[in-house]
Amino acid sequence: MKISGAEAVIRCLLAEGVDLLYGYPGGAIMPVYDELYKFQDQLHHVLVRHEQGATHAAQGYARATGKVGVAIATSGPGATNLITGIADAQIDSTPMVCITGQVGKHLLGSDAFQETDIIGISTPVTKWNYQVTEASEIPEVIAKAFYIARSGRPGPVLIDITKNAQFDQLDFSYEKCTGIRSYTPVPKLNLEKVAAAAALINSAKKPFIIFGQGIILGQAEEEFKAVVEKSGIPAAWTILGLSAMPTDHPLNVGMLGMHGNYGPNLLTNECDVLIAFGMRFDDRVTGKLSTYAKQAKVIHFEIDPAEIDKNVKTEIAVLGDVKEALTALLPLIDAKSHDLWHNEFKELKKIEYDSVIKEELNPTNNKGISMGETIEMINKHSKGDAIIVSDVGQHQMFACRYAKFNSTKSNITSGGLGTMGFALPAAIGAKMGKPDREVVAIIGDGGFQMNIQELGTIFQTQVPVKIVILNNEFLGMVRQWQELFFDNRYASTKMINPNFVAIAEGYHIKSKKVTQREDLDAAVAEMLASKESYFLEIMVEKENNVFPMIPTGACVSEIRLS
Amino acid sequence: MENRTFTISVYSENNVGLLNRISGIFLKRHINILSLNVSESEIENVSRFIIVVETTEKWVQNIVGQIEKQIEVIKAFYHTDEETIYLENALFKIASSLLFDEKQIQNIIKDSQSTIVTVSRDFFVISKSGRRSEIEELYAKFKPYGIMQFVRSGRISVSKQKMEISTMLETFK
Repeated sequence: MKISGAEAVIRCLLAEGVDLLYGYPGGAIMPVYDELYKFQDQLHHVLVRHEQGATHAAQGYARATGKVGVAIATSGPGATNLITGIADAQIDSTPMVCITGQVGKHLLGSDAFQETDIIGISTPVTKWNYQVTEASEIPEVIAKAFYIARSGRPGPVLIDITKNAQFDQLDFSYEKCTGIRSYTPVPKLNLEKVAAAAALINSAKKPFIIFGQGIILGQAEEEFKAVVEKSGIPAAWTILGLSAMPTDHPLNVGMLGMHGNYGPNLLTNECDVLIAFGMRFDDRVTGKLSTYAKQAKVIHFEIDPAEIDKNVKTEIAVLGDVKEALTALLPLIDAKSHDLWHNEFKELKKIEYDSVIKEELNPTNNKGISMGETIEMINKHSKGDAIIVSDVGQHQMFACRYAKFNSTKSNITSGGLGTMGFALPAAIGAKMGKPDREVVAIIGDGGFQMNIQELGTIFQTQVPVKIVILNNEFLGMVRQWQELFFDNRYASTKMINPNFVAIAEGYHIKSKKVTQREDLDAAVAEMLASKESYFLEIMVEKENNVFPMIPTGACVSEIRLS
Repeated sequence: MENRTFTISVYSENNVGLLNRISGIFLKRHINILSLNVSESEIENVSRFIIVVETTEKWVQNIVGQIEKQIEVIKAFYHTDEETIYLENALFKIASSLLFDEKQIQNIIKDSQSTIVTVSRDFFVISKSGRRSEIEELYAKFKPYGIMQFVRSGRISVSKQKMEISTMLETFK
């Protein structure tokens, strides 16, 4: 069957099960858009307002569903606008395929109109990329792109297709990619290593589990819970591991890292065996590496060999699929309860509650509305069933510290790259991927204005996302650092904001602004009861700080409560 | 951990763009590549990169891990100088008149076990293969007489111990 390269692109996407993609048209991708027009009953294209929004929406879709998110853009500025989202997806291991148009093959390298070397630009932030210059290459390359994006440790892939390749004809047939000889997505599990890990776990007096997004990506939530419950070991999560295990699970002891909980951070430097599942010992988790868990023997369950010993030296490294590893581990570990060890976590939890959490969730100091109490109010009305998409900053830390989750793939945030502007488009993608779930975006006044134009996408698509702006009229996290480490010199962090409600209403999105604590409960209830999209601006305390905190470069046990 | 010289060998598919990916790994870590050579390997359709760097063993392990992550990389290894047989190749272009006027030049060529590649009316070209120190020694000897052009290749090396690459590739068939 002879078809054009552009039609082949669409047929490849359909063959990979894609029914939704995000993008923005332009000259060098127009043949593909022309085909999208013909296939619109099978492949739904969401017109975003900026290409960065397309990548974040594709990320939100991927993180909520576990499927590959797809974004599409033209050459030049269209392609470069994708880069932030691609970099974000790379560091947070999000499966995504981006397709960009490119100038014709005969113009490559000539500085033609809207030509950029997107392959060169995207190389450091993609799992793989490839420039297609002949129509006949399209099926094989797209098949490889999806295989690479979703297999092993997932990540973003970019395919750049020259305009001649979109126009030219090819004999079309499609075969899914099932293997590449130079690429081993999942290392083979070594059962001897699993047995050695089990023996070390069984011998531990103070074992401690830390878990990351690998549990979610490996669809190993049930196997993980079974191991935690049988072993009785306290388990703490990284920011991307959040929601892999229900927040209220009695063995879930809280969040690790810079603004994580007091107990898990402090006791990292007390445990005798530290068992890491699907996490990469990010510097926000470890603090000062030279003093991190030096007393502990470290067991690392990981799919990516390059993560082993990268930051923290391991005693036992178990490479492979985490679901398979946990299944093999379960029968080998002893059933225990570690009551005395748990008591240490409980004591520290009480200290943190009394000195930080109590006041944050129930302010008594007559100051403004706290970010923590707004998150608690969302918990009250969502009952832990919502997908929470948070942006980056103080509100993100409050959301990740206090939001409750009953089920997996419910916490969507920009972890590794820390991309302000992430949440609004990511929430669009999450809601489209999971239309039956409530999706609440929690965003600061700074981050909201970084991709505020995506209110237009919400208006046009009528996607019923709920948007909560926690407005403190500051770039709050930077201001906090200025207060703590730069002698209160608030350089360029005060925001003079527009009338956000008027802007949201300009996009015909139902809106409300809350300035008084007594109005908070009803406003959150009204927002969550709405069947349509809803914009809720909450004016919060201006100079509220997120604690606990491990200052940059400090040791995890130097965590500060104030 | 002290800095040492390491030779990194990368077996890969022969694809456009891979050099960019690999060099980016060094760029990110601000590690200077002392020498780089890419050629066909003993295996059909498989390229081999030989990269020489001076860094710590921890860093080289980390870098090799990151290189192996690249989709088109089949396998990467690193070795110390003691674990490899290595050499570089150099070409010296020298004025032909010196070959006849300076008798010592002929002795230098003979003693250094270098080869005369070509002789023309204006210049002759000497090729010398060997370790960096041998080439530098020869350079120092020719320099007083005048060198019209000098060029040295990247390091090429083979490991003393067997690399399992061929066996690995067999399993893909």
